[in-house]
Amino acid sequence: MSSWLLLAASGAPEGGLFDLDATLPLMAVQVVVLTFLLNALFFRPVGRVVEDREGFITTSRAEAKQKLAQVQRLESDLAEQLKAARQESQKLIVEAEQEVDKLYREALALAQTEANASREKARREIEQQREQALAALAGESDRLGALIVNRLLPAQ
Amino acid sequence: MVLLSPLLPFAELEVGKQFYWHIGNLHLHGQVFLSSWVVIGALLALVVVGTRSMQRDPSGVQNLLEFLWTYIRDLAREQIGEKAYRDWLPFIGTLFLFIFVCNWGGALIPWKLVEIPSGELGAPTADINTTVAMALLVSLSYFYAGLSRKGLRYFEYYVEPTPIMLPFKIIEDFTKPLSLSFRLFGNILADELVVGVLAFLVPVIVPLPAMFLGLFTSAIQALIFATLAANYIGEAVHEEHH
Repeated sequence: MSSWLLLAASGAPEGGLFDLDATLPLMAVQVVVLTFLLNALFFRPVGRVVEDREGFITTSRAEAKQKLAQVQRLESDLAEQLKAARQESQKLIVEAEQEVDKLYREALALAQTEANASREKARREIEQQREQALAALAGESDRLGALIVNRLLPAQ
Repeated sequence: MVLLSPLLPFAELEVGKQFYWHIGNLHLHGQVFLSSWVVIGALLALVVVGTRSMQRDPSGVQNLLEFLWTYIRDLAREQIGEKAYRDWLPFIGTLFLFIFVCNWGGALIPWKLVEIPSGELGAPTADINTTVAMALLVSLSYFYAGLSRKGLRYFEYYVEPTPIMLPFKIIEDFTKPLSLSFRLFGNILADELVVGVLAFLVPVIVPLPAMFLGLFTSAIQALIFATLAANYIGEAVHEEHH
């Protein structure tokens, strides 16, 4: 700074690498002015746009996450409902199968008893007829024996 | 140091020669202002074009501006901290963008095509006035940031963690702007000199690697300046948790 004052006083600057003079404060003013200009023209508008977008992205992400969570909840709900429906249908099938089985067994048992009964009846009838036939046969043979005896004995 | 080549006038190299403007008793480095107006104009034009009709789905220049904005935001947030970075984002961003376009402008714009009476046009950051101006602004900023946020408690920073640190912290207040300004000034001037000397000696192909390296250095220097400025402000507003 003092060299600049000296030079200003002497009137004939000779230059040099380290020649500090009024360029310094004016350049400082220029940089400060440029700071305000760039703040108004660049930093504030661009910052607003970038931060608006960052805000938009953040809220969009949050919304999307919320929606995703909702979808996942609905999906698990549906999966649960599906599982319940499957179990219900399985139960129905088992029940129906058991019903059919029962009916089949009942019908089978009925048919078997009926068959047994009729077989028993038939057997008894056969037995009876056989006994009748045997009785008839025995009577007949007795008669025939007596007839033979009668025939033989008087002849002697 | 003046290297002259009668055959290759565009490889002429002048260091320390200024194009003086006189305003009253004051002297100004005209070439610095001329080139800084060009890069500031380019920067403002880019910004105005890019923010003219901004959409939620960015396209074209808006993409670039948004990338820059987020880059600077992350830099400031990392260095200054969540609470205070918003106030200093424009300042840090302006430093970064201004230094970056100055450095790259100095390397990429063919200034040699423009004749000025004395000195030569180049990166404004290759002039010590520009870098000292910005470094002093950084010093003022971190003092202001600390004092406005913490009041006089800001000076507790000088005796933390122990009062032994006091002299070192006071020295730091002087070394910070000094190192900031000289690092930037030295790097950019050295880059211009290396490219200039190489172009003077072998005008084809050979300077190209140095030019690429210069572009790389320029970007890194802008980043370093902005990061350190943000870091100093962050140090000043940092709250100790006891």
